[in-house]
Amino acid sequence: MKKLLAFALTIGLGVLIIFALDANTSFDDFGYADLSERVSSRYITKDSTADIIFGVTQDPESGAANIVTSIVVDYRSFDTLGEVTVLFISALGVSLLLGSAVTQKRLSLDFKPNFMLRVASRALFGIIIMTGVYIILHGHLTPGGGFPGGTMIASAMLLLYLADDQFRAKIKSFKILEGVAGSLYVVIGLVGLVLGTYFLQNFLPNGTVGDLLSSGIIPIVYILIGLKVGSEISGVIDNFLTEEVEQ
Amino acid sequence: MTTIDYIMLVVSVLLLIIAFLAVSEKKLIKSVIFLSALSMLSVVAFVIMKAPDVALTEAVIGSGLVTALFVFTLLSIKKEEAK
Repeated sequence: MKKLLAFALTIGLGVLIIFALDANTSFDDFGYADLSERVSSRYITKDSTADIIFGVTQDPESGAANIVTSIVVDYRSFDTLGEVTVLFISALGVSLLLGSAVTQKRLSLDFKPNFMLRVASRALFGIIIMTGVYIILHGHLTPGGGFPGGTMIASAMLLLYLADDQFRAKIKSFKILEGVAGSLYVVIGLVGLVLGTYFLQNFLPNGTVGDLLSSGIIPIVYILIGLKVGSEISGVIDNFLTEEVEQ
Repeated sequence: MTTIDYIMLVVSVLLLIIAFLAVSEKKLIKSVIFLSALSMLSVVAFVIMKAPDVALTEAVIGSGLVTALFVFTLLSIKKEEAK
């Protein structure tokens, strides 16, 4: 009965949303919106009248070939700084709740990982790390970037934690790395403020669209975000997989 | 309707069904597995909707990390209860 009620309520809400959005004058139909009034067209044309051609165009307003990256780390870089801060605060909360004990040991599990699993996970670890680094370095050319790449590095750490019940990463160096990467992001923003006109301005030359070394500070910022996110989530994983030593 | 529309229809209906199962499931561990399946299917939906960036993030975080963290939380809760 309760389930049926919940199901009916969900269907009712869905129908309500569909009717509210159908033929609503505040939302234009597909193809009828006036894009010249919107800021999104500026992000795509990058303030130039000529077409942006991959591998040819020199020094556009934002050099990333991936439009999402040029919005996330160039036009809206300040929002990304906020996003990184949100992740930092949640990691801080986790370590306050779970990692405050002075002496800690690994969470003892019911199963014992065998030799094959340990060796195979060591081999896979390198491949996953390489994929993560590739995604971070090519953030301005292909989909991906600092957040997915950093999380991939953290999931490689998770693999090591799962496959070896004695393994513990050097969590202290992760904390230092995270702090350094986070502060360097702010320092890069301040350098933009000093050399240019606004916080997090892209003060390096943009180069050719599609080159690995192009689009100014975007690759640097993405490497910093990748390091920060990777070490932060590795710390969270360590907090989840350790427990206090009982006195 | 083209083929991609049919695929999208099937994926959307499956998403709804799995979301409902994840909410209504009594055992927590099964609920977590349904949540993981939901993330995996939404990756397909994001790729069809031409958002590869979101799909990549969802694949790593939604079906990888979050599932692992939930499973380990459940394991440690079980250990606490056994004491």
